[in-house]
Amino acid sequence: MSWKLVTTGAALAVAATALAGCAGGDTSANGHTALTVSIDPGLDKGAVAAFTTRVKQFEAANPGIDVRTQEFKWDATTFIAKLAGGTLPDVFTMPFTDGRGLIQRRQIADISGLVKALPYFDTFSPQIAKAGEAEDGGMWAVPISAYGQALHYNRTLFTQAGLNPDDPPTTWDQVRADARQIAQRTGQAGYAQMTTDNTGGWILTTLDYAFGGRTEQLGGDHAKSTLDTTEMTAALQELHAMRWDDNSMGSNFLYDWNGINQDFAAGRIGMYVSGGANYGSLKAQNAIKPADYGVTALPLTGKDAGVLGGGTLAAVSATASDSVKTAAVKWIDFYYMQKQTNQDAAVADAKTTADSGEVVGAPELPVFDKAQYDQRMKWVAQYVNVPVKQMAPYTDKMFDQPLVPEPTKSTQQVYALLDPVVQKVLTDRNASIPALLADAQLQAQALLDKS
Amino acid sequence: MTITAEKPTTAATGRPPARRRRRSPVTWVRGGGLGALLFLVPMLLVFTAFSWLPIGESVVMSFQQTNLVTAPVFVGLDNFRTVLTDPLLWTAVRNTLWFALLALLLGYPVPLVAAVLMSEVRRFRGLYSALAYLPVVIPPVVAVLLWKFFYDAGPAGVFNTVLRVVGLGPLPWLQDSSTAMVSLVVEATWAAAGGTIIIYLAALTSVSPDLYEAAEIDGASVWRKIWHVTLPQLRGVLLITFILQIIGTAQVFLEPFLFTSGGPAHATTTILLLIYDYAFAGTLGGDYGSATALSVLLALVLAVFSAVYFRLTRSWGTS
Repeated sequence: MSWKLVTTGAALAVAATALAGCAGGDTSANGHTALTVSIDPGLDKGAVAAFTTRVKQFEAANPGIDVRTQEFKWDATTFIAKLAGGTLPDVFTMPFTDGRGLIQRRQIADISGLVKALPYFDTFSPQIAKAGEAEDGGMWAVPISAYGQALHYNRTLFTQAGLNPDDPPTTWDQVRADARQIAQRTGQAGYAQMTTDNTGGWILTTLDYAFGGRTEQLGGDHAKSTLDTTEMTAALQELHAMRWDDNSMGSNFLYDWNGINQDFAAGRIGMYVSGGANYGSLKAQNAIKPADYGVTALPLTGKDAGVLGGGTLAAVSATASDSVKTAAVKWIDFYYMQKQTNQDAAVADAKTTADSGEVVGAPELPVFDKAQYDQRMKWVAQYVNVPVKQMAPYTDKMFDQPLVPEPTKSTQQVYALLDPVVQKVLTDRNASIPALLADAQLQAQALLDKS
Repeated sequence: MTITAEKPTTAATGRPPARRRRRSPVTWVRGGGLGALLFLVPMLLVFTAFSWLPIGESVVMSFQQTNLVTAPVFVGLDNFRTVLTDPLLWTAVRNTLWFALLALLLGYPVPLVAAVLMSEVRRFRGLYSALAYLPVVIPPVVAVLLWKFFYDAGPAGVFNTVLRVVGLGPLPWLQDSSTAMVSLVVEATWAAAGGTIIIYLAALTSVSPDLYEAAEIDGASVWRKIWHVTLPQLRGVLLITFILQIIGTAQVFLEPFLFTSGGPAHATTTILLLIYDYAFAGTLGGDYGSATALSVLLALVLAVFSAVYFRLTRSWGTS
């Protein structure tokens, strides 16, 4: 055999190897349906173990399905690229704000027929169900959880500052006064706010709602931007006063969701606004000490003040085959929904989760109704491991506060253009709030006109 | 010195060079052509798939409106119009130029001075080289996270603690529009200087010691030796690193993306970050058309700049 033949053969082998790959599909080698499901990145060992146990339970109950896991958490900056690139898991989650657009563009699978067959289909809260429905009423994405914004606070910092942690602020004036006291007596940020990766717009919109404003006005197909209002101005003035008059907002004004959670859990932040069910993330990803944690209802002021509410939808990749769609809806039912609707499943889920040291019983809004939520909390009562008493200032009021859905048109884009507005107010003492809002409104209107 | 290339062998034989015989496919295969081609195939495929095709696709996409899921629509020059009328573009251009200027003032001379100093020392030169190169081997994201920690704007931040010792600060570092960009450049210089230092050190070894000896005999000071011997001898390398630095700074992305996300209030939004924002800042329909249009414009500007630069400096680079 000549040397040339050997090298040519080797080259062919290399080329063939390079061309190989791309194998795979929706069936495993054993003929089972292969289903890729998402797991939050950055979970600690206990949370991963709990998830793995649930996967095994699902596979045992569905012998024809092999579950693969893929780390995925919705992120505004990468979601559309992953969607377009086809790299999302078969089952993935996303915020309510994205549901309608994806359904309209048929960028997720139509699973409405399969979802309709679920026994609890007719009992979804109509307002929450809308987030996952197409125009014909078919449910393409399943609402798996809902939240209302809340004010999270560090009880230890409250105590160190001479404040009563069982008496958290109920007005924005009190928030400001408490923040000032925390900053002065502990040297930590009394109040902090997210400002990057669209979270600046998200939280500013929350404050706008809490001051009685709305960021858009819908009329038929047309949406009018209403960013430049007295309510939004008041919200920004409150931030400006805390930052520049009181110096109570610390020294970091470029927080994203992870960053602010991390600093809050580390005891560097007295108060901040985020989703009411945030304790689970704080515990699983940031190892917060339960004794430090407190949460209270968001202070509301003004006539139409409300709490910004949103939630999470579970959806299926548009490229999924029929067998994967069927398996995916089974997973959504098993992993996300049964623990809310079925006593045995709720208890099994709570036990597995609690055994692995993860959170059971963090307050969240029900996707069905309050009665069902109360029922579920009774089922899992013996496994609840969150500091329930410390959450009472929030849980006592969360069903009574008016819930206002997030804006529906160009939501994330408008959030993105509000990020620099908040940043400007927090980093430039002379920032002109009216000028910033007038400019933001012009840009937002252009986005709304295009959408 | 002028180097004259010699014509191969013809002078020796006195005959005009014989015309190359045309090779048949069989002789090409026997001569190992097929093996060579097959060895090339993987690399050609990789380059085609990951470099040339995307570049071509990007140019096409700059004339389209697309969300990469639904069918694209050709929109002529609309994307270029959108980009050129976006007020944020000029903010990004200004910021990028500001970054480039700061990087030139800080990042260009630092490696040169360090390399010249290191070439002068007799002992531990290897150690100094390794220390200088160390930041380059640290993964960029890790380096940024480390510096984020240093740049903590609170009084307890690492740099602010150091400043307090000498009675200064605290500085807001990344948290203020006026200091954010400078902070990025300092980190970028720290991260990239090692590579350039190694290039300069290698170039310095090629400078003939005779030139230094002659300068010493003439009574030249260290400074005059550097000015009249070292720098002219490094001219070619300096010109190359200069253009690489300009191209690199025009494409700065990592630092503003990881440190500040372009903030505060767009103070560190650079052209590349703006391209990224067009494509990914909003979900449900990233503006890939505008993103690629701006990419094409940036590539054109850099290509023209490089061509003009090399034309103007062609004579400077030769000794």
